[in-house]
Amino acid sequence: MSVNETISSAAEQREASVPVQDVAVEKKREDMPVQEGKTVGLPYADDPKFKLRNVEVFYGDDRAIKDISLDIARNEVISFIGPSGCGKSTFLRCLNRMNDSIDICRVKGQLMLDDEDIYHSKRDVVELRARVGMVFQKPNPFPKSIYDNVAYGPRIHGLANRKSDLDEIVENSLRKAGLWDEVKDRLDATATGMSGGQQQRLCIARAIAVSPEVILMDEPCSALDPIATAKVEELISEMSESYTIVIVTHSMQQAARVSHRTAYFHLGHLVEVNETSKVFTSPEHELTESYITGRFG
Amino acid sequence: MPNTKDDVYGDHISHKFNDELMELKTEFLTMGGMVEAQVERAIQALVDNDGSLADEVRAGDKKVDQMEMDIDEEATLIIARRQPTARDLRLVISVIKMVADLERVGDEAKKIAKFAIKLNEEGQAPRGYVEVRHIGNHVLAMLHDALDAFARLDSEQALRIMKEDKRVDEEYQAAARTLLTFMMEDTRNISRCMSVMWVLRALERVGDHACNIAENVIFMVKGEDVRHTPVEEAEKVVGR
Repeated sequence: MSVNETISSAAEQREASVPVQDVAVEKKREDMPVQEGKTVGLPYADDPKFKLRNVEVFYGDDRAIKDISLDIARNEVISFIGPSGCGKSTFLRCLNRMNDSIDICRVKGQLMLDDEDIYHSKRDVVELRARVGMVFQKPNPFPKSIYDNVAYGPRIHGLANRKSDLDEIVENSLRKAGLWDEVKDRLDATATGMSGGQQQRLCIARAIAVSPEVILMDEPCSALDPIATAKVEELISEMSESYTIVIVTHSMQQAARVSHRTAYFHLGHLVEVNETSKVFTSPEHELTESYITGRFG
Repeated sequence: MPNTKDDVYGDHISHKFNDELMELKTEFLTMGGMVEAQVERAIQALVDNDGSLADEVRAGDKKVDQMEMDIDEEATLIIARRQPTARDLRLVISVIKMVADLERVGDEAKKIAKFAIKLNEEGQAPRGYVEVRHIGNHVLAMLHDALDAFARLDSEQALRIMKEDKRVDEEYQAAARTLLTFMMEDTRNISRCMSVMWVLRALERVGDHACNIAENVIFMVKGEDVRHTPVEEAEKVVGR
């Protein structure tokens, strides 16, 4: 018998001696049902920016969000992930009452921003949205000049009395959005003529211009190419020093790259919230594991 | 084609991904089988004074080395193509590390074969071969069990191997003392006993590598790194 033959026959023997079945599938998906109102991991934070308790959202009779409790810490980047229709966008939109425009939508539970009730009947929603800005999936600049896009918010909120103040706000916002050097010579050009990535960063600049405390992002990069995505992600890391950022994303790699904590939603439940590093290496809940490893979605 | 049925790595939406992970696992186990055979045959060559078998073992190491590179490449491609996460990521990372351990075990087998040839040529009465056989069987069983624990993702078995490593160390110390007595009895024994001592050392290292593989299995299953931690800590992790 030659060396190779002996070696491969030994290898075959070893293979044959190994049963195919795995004993360590300790927690199968079916064994770990979602318990309503129960989230594994670290859903709470000390001194939270948002304190959300027993939140439920209904579209008519349909309960889209089922008893979710979560804290969002100050200057934290938290991402919401989950399959389509799991409620992550719906939940995000509760944070600045974007759901108000949907007639059949009702929100229950306690939603506090800095200990103030977001859904208080006397709450000024315009002021709320200035504090909690939003960036959408598709860049949606106004059909105006680049300058006017950024100046729009400060003007309607009366943040600048003089032209020079407004110029300063526009420049600062564009700088923070990493766009200033690209557009400083054509501030009067129409915003819709910019590239997709530039338009999205313009929308971020527009959100920043009214000095928000929180920025909500609903799939901000899904319409962008990889380079523009990288720029926006870079921006998110820089912005986290001054803002609290909540980001809904379908890109798991993006969540892994940009966020401190990751929250996994499933059929309207908040299944798991944990440090991002933990979620992507050894998640606690079997459903989270199945989703992020591409076993369903 | 690997059997993906009922496997913890076999239920992705992408069947191609299932196949790639299963292939990686199978290749790793095949390499494990090769390396086991190498060690077994090296010990055989030594105690039977079989020079040609020792030559075969030395030649066989090239195949082990090639296999290491192939598996590394496969793992690299999976990372590049699939960006694995969670348990898939732990599998790929562990395989990359464990393959290095297997390759080193292969090197130890080659080393034993080298000494088998040397001792064969010197052709004196065997001293310390009982110890070689004893420790050899012990570490081979550990290696086998470690690969078995990997195949079945059995963290409890992996823990047993971690505990076993201490016993091998003790056996090695005892054998070293025995050889030392032979050397003190007659200085003409020294050269020969030193060769046997190197063989024992190589076998003890095989035990260490089996232990490393076991630690990686615990990481794969439990998601916690138990390297450089006391066995009691590992016990807690496995018990969770």
